Amino acid sequence: MTVPRSEPLTYRRPVSTWWWTRKRTYFVFVMRELSSIFVAWFVVFLLLMLRAVTDGPAAYDDFLDWAASPFVVGLNVVAAAFLVLHVVTWFSLTPQAMAIRVRGRPVPPVAIVGAQYAGLAVVSAFVVWLVTR
Amino acid sequence: MTTRRIEPLVWLMFSGGGVIAAVFLPVLVFLFAFAFPLGWITAPDHEHLLAVAGNPITVVVLFGMFVVLLVHAAHRFRYTLYDGLQIKAKVATAAICYGAALFLSAVAFFTFAFLLEAWG
Repeated sequence: MTVPRSEPLTYRRPVSTWWWTRKRTYFVFVMRELSSIFVAWFVVFLLLMLRAVTDGPAAYDDFLDWAASPFVVGLNVVAAAFLVLHVVTWFSLTPQAMAIRVRGRPVPPVAIVGAQYAGLAVVSAFVVWLVTR
Repeated sequence: MTTRRIEPLVWLMFSGGGVIAAVFLPVLVFLFAFAFPLGWITAPDHEHLLAVAGNPITVVVLFGMFVVLLVHAAHRFRYTLYDGLQIKAKVATAAICYGAALFLSAVAFFTFAFLLEAWG
């Protein structure tokens, strides 16, 4: 071989495409990451809803009927399960990603996780009030 | 390298999108994907929903949140393909993921523009 190499020749054991099915923690990790595609789906779903609202009362009624059809409900049930996985894992990871200190004392992880659920509750209550009042 | 310079911004939007997806998205999904279509809660009438959703403040907040959510999803899905499914075509997957996020952001822009017009 006369071709110059910038990297040393090391053997890399090929990783199987299905490596994450062998252990529960690996599986949950990939499922957690996969929640991203369902977050994108809900953005598309909400855009369809807003387009229907823009188009008028008849289009809005049609959207509600379409959203109640078995296929869409089924898709949304699966997507919502992934969203719940995102919420739970995201909240529990936050204390590990950032250490918060109040007056020099570290805030216990339980308090950070609890504060996020409280935030979720307040935001949810506000949105429900705004939409349904 | 341009990719180096935008990388921190993408990670920032990833985190921001993660927070929005965890705090704002569940209630919107509960209401519009389940409670209203399935009649658990009486759906708001069209006039009220247009007044709330088309309000310029709502439009600006929702558009900003949607764009950040799309970047979050694109960034995370890109790494799901790379680490999870072992698809190592880095440039192609990045182009497809961020390209899809950009396209949907443009769709969102026009959706909100028409919504504002219907409201005003």
